Amino acid sequence: MRPLAQCQALMAAVLASAAAVVSTSAPAQDRLGERAAMIETIKSHARSAPSAVEGQGIDPAVLEAMGKVPRHLFVPEEQRGEAYQDRPLPIGYGQTISQPFIVALMTDLINVGPRDVVLEIGTGSGYQAAVLSPLAAKVYSIEIIPELGERAAARLAELRFDNVEVKVGDGYYGWAAHAPFDGIVVTAAASHIPPPLVEQLAKGGRMVVPVGGPFATQFLMLVEKRRDGSITTRQLLPVAFVPLRGGRAR
Amino acid sequence: MRAGRLLPVALISAATLAYEVLLMRLFSIIQWHQIAYMIISIALLGFGASGTFVALARRPLVKRYSTAFAASAALFGITAVASFAGAERLPFNALEVVWNPGQLGWLAASYALLILPFFFGATCIGLAFSRHPGQIGRVYAFDLVGAGVGALGIIGLLFLVFPSVALRYIAALAFAAAALAATGMARRRRFAAGSLWLAAAVVAVWLPPSFTATAPHMSQYKGLSLALDVPSAQMVEERSSPLGLLTVVASPSVPFRHAPGLSLANTQEPPAQLAVFSDGDGITAMTAYSGDPATVAYLERTTAALPYRMLARPRVLVLGAGGGEQVLLALRAGANIVDAVEINPQMIDLARNRFAKFIGGIFSLPHVHLHLAEARAFAASAGERYDLIQMPLLDSFSAAAAGVQSMHENYTYTVEALRDYLAVLKPDGIVAVTRWLRAPPRDILKLFATAIAALDADGVSQPGRHLALIRSWNTATLLVAKSSFSSEDVAAIRAFAAENFFDVSWVPGISASDVNRYNQLDQEYLYEGALALIGPERADFTERYKFNIVPATDNKPYFFDFFRWQALPELLKLRTQGGAAMLDWGYLILAATLVQAAIISAVLILLPLWLRRRALGSAVPRLRFGLYFFALGLAFLFIEIAFIQRFVLFLGHPLYAVAVVLAGFLVFAGLGSTLAARWVVAVGSGSAVRGITLAVVVIAFLAGSYLLALPVIFERLLILPDAAKIAIALLLIAPLAVFMGMPFPLGLGHIGACSEEFLPWAWGINGCASVLSAILAALLATHIGFTGVVTIATILYLAAPALLAGSWYRHDQRTSQGSISNLNRSRDKRNGPSRN
Repeated sequence: MRPLAQCQALMAAVLASAAAVVSTSAPAQDRLGERAAMIETIKSHARSAPSAVEGQGIDPAVLEAMGKVPRHLFVPEEQRGEAYQDRPLPIGYGQTISQPFIVALMTDLINVGPRDVVLEIGTGSGYQAAVLSPLAAKVYSIEIIPELGERAAARLAELRFDNVEVKVGDGYYGWAAHAPFDGIVVTAAASHIPPPLVEQLAKGGRMVVPVGGPFATQFLMLVEKRRDGSITTRQLLPVAFVPLRGGRAR
Repeated sequence: MRAGRLLPVALISAATLAYEVLLMRLFSIIQWHQIAYMIISIALLGFGASGTFVALARRPLVKRYSTAFAASAALFGITAVASFAGAERLPFNALEVVWNPGQLGWLAASYALLILPFFFGATCIGLAFSRHPGQIGRVYAFDLVGAGVGALGIIGLLFLVFPSVALRYIAALAFAAAALAATGMARRRRFAAGSLWLAAAVVAVWLPPSFTATAPHMSQYKGLSLALDVPSAQMVEERSSPLGLLTVVASPSVPFRHAPGLSLANTQEPPAQLAVFSDGDGITAMTAYSGDPATVAYLERTTAALPYRMLARPRVLVLGAGGGEQVLLALRAGANIVDAVEINPQMIDLARNRFAKFIGGIFSLPHVHLHLAEARAFAASAGERYDLIQMPLLDSFSAAAAGVQSMHENYTYTVEALRDYLAVLKPDGIVAVTRWLRAPPRDILKLFATAIAALDADGVSQPGRHLALIRSWNTATLLVAKSSFSSEDVAAIRAFAAENFFDVSWVPGISASDVNRYNQLDQEYLYEGALALIGPERADFTERYKFNIVPATDNKPYFFDFFRWQALPELLKLRTQGGAAMLDWGYLILAATLVQAAIISAVLILLPLWLRRRALGSAVPRLRFGLYFFALGLAFLFIEIAFIQRFVLFLGHPLYAVAVVLAGFLVFAGLGSTLAARWVVAVGSGSAVRGITLAVVVIAFLAGSYLLALPVIFERLLILPDAAKIAIALLLIAPLAVFMGMPFPLGLGHIGACSEEFLPWAWGINGCASVLSAILAALLATHIGFTGVVTIATILYLAAPALLAGSWYRHDQRTSQGSISNLNRSRDKRNGPSRN
């Protein structure tokens, strides 16, 4: 190859990657202020939800990740104005993109570390996977509805969440090829927890399941597999609510 | 006058009432059940507004009676279809209201649309009364017979066709009424009648089904919509009846695997299933079965399997057979005989015939008997012979979570119901009830309190020794034993729970160190609640708990109503953090409907009257007269609504209760009105107050007797066949309704005698009160029970005559020389339809 051509090719590659940087960083810079306000809301909620928040509030790394994900690109166009309000939004097919506060709690609860592999059942808009992406080594996500799964996969690829892999299929059997998982997030409602998912959870791993209707999370269920393989579950309320008047304030 | 001239009145009356009942059905499919009360108030609003309209525009309309009637009937036909088609297409999402109060705007828009058909239907009737003042009795007879036939006929029709098709027939009926009326027009009568007949035919036969189809507009958050979004999932069968729309869905690529309460220790995948959705929600599974019980072994790892640990070869009664999950469990657990009760004949047909092969013919096994019956009625007829009564989980978790059933009368979970079930157990028998577990707990604690109340009432001295409660992460099962649990029983319960990672929240001899092991709660409210409810702190705990866990009774059968006003401010404050999930929306929506209806009815009914107040004159003490008609409006509907709710138990289903009670009150109150009018003509309107006093005393006596007698009557006669129960219900309603039909026309006669101008006011105020009363009665019933509601109504009735009595002597004299004016009488008679 002639030097000039080489030079041109190099130039083109540089330009292309620069363009890629511009196209991916632009959305991340959009609506920064609203995202910062959203993080503040999450923090203030977290201060009053002692049950679901362990230790000193939500892990700053989780909040940092959420501060970088352009949530408005994960919601339908007509909902973009409300994207940073602390509320769930409809995304079609009877599904919702979860409330930011709930996303923060769930992400915080599974304690993701940089070497961890995480499985998500129910990709939906892809927002939860995007938040997990910078925190984990690899995120696998399964969506049952092809249109949602394909859309989310394309969106995540476009925004360069490169360590997220989405497939369309039945989440019941998990993703045995990549098991065990250090964390599992089950956002798709089920009458029971699929045994294969419990099986694919690593020892010391954590699974979180939000329980409730599409617009109202009742509680979060945390499934922990101890080092000895025993399973315990915990029900965590996203809110400090004591059902007994004059009862113990905590 | 030939009877044919009045046929359109009967037809339009039938169409309007049928439409009201049908709308409840349609909205139960596309939204949820609590919309039913809103439909009643929407209908009354339409009637009330029409009353005002006819009062104000009477003269020009009556002059062109045939044209006006035909036009109004045709408009009913058009709006009956178009308003529903429009309303179901509105993007209203009840679940989103907490995040976006703007959604209430869509609700108001559906209100505005759905008022129209009722307005036009009522206008036809109002015109007929104004046009035939000398024939009030006959017009009224046609009106009421039509209304009664409509309310009952729609029930029959819904057994034959789908609700969306029934809607078209109702519209066609209205066009037919319009065509008949058009033959009386002065000009162009052939053209008008011809084109209206054509319209009737077009609506009935050629209207595109998609126009009124419910399926595409069902809330996308209902279970059926969600299931059908899954690739290759498809509807394989659909059955419709007045009891509900059953949809069977097959999902070959992503199986349903419906098994609530399944232990985390289970490793078996459930076999293939077909899901049956009821009105698009409330899933029950039909599970493929080969005859080998090992394929359903996973069922033994659900909380509902607990009682089988203590019973050898039991005789089992399953209340709510559904797709047969509990029958499979019984077979797996080696039950001796299984009686399964199912209220919906179409569910029975699906399970026993259409999909019999798929579910392995379990309902045709020699020791399995499937009964078409209501749970309470079946229990009432059964002898003391069961070892186990299973009450499975049939409602969907999301329905329970959203509190959509909270205002729904439910007679399966009342204190009286539990006592009935205990009565048919053998001495060592057990009742097992499984419910979804919510955080913080509500259903389960209420159930626990209900069981204690039932055991107390049965004279059990230590109820705690008869109760056991275990929970998985999402379900809980309560056992109520007829005799106290033995120490072997307790050991078996503990062992079962430990094997399956279930927590024991109550068992005789439990201690604080036993609880909260596997599925840890912040605080073990179930155990603490059980402890408090069993001990002397019961009243204090119930009072301090922020949800209503007072046991449901037949008098207040609102098991799913957990709402307490005192918790509202806190939950609203926390709504974006999960507080919304703890609110019982059924109650709040009803309360909001009340406010909304009050505003709209004031605008539609009272405002036009106020604007025309000069024409109405001010010579009469409007306040006292107004209060009289307000009190009557409240009292009439209080009794009618309380009867509807009370008769749900007797007739077995809300829709039967609505149709029968509605039809009964219509016909017999109408009869009462006619009798009262004749009586006034005979004795002179001067004695109207005397007549009213007599009527309200009889009403008070009858209402009081019914309060005492109805529970006993129901208890005795619950086992009779449906047709007999409907006849008995009508017989019971008849005497009360006849007298309740009297005070309104008598009051109108009395007032018309002193101020004819006040009549539209009376009409409008009564309409307003009816609108509010329908909703208020439902709300009040959750607090003070039917007894309280009926008592208030009785007091209102008794107080009413005093509001009219007094210094009307002069006026009485003036008119006692003649009979009441035609206008008065026409008003009297319009009273009927406004009251349904």
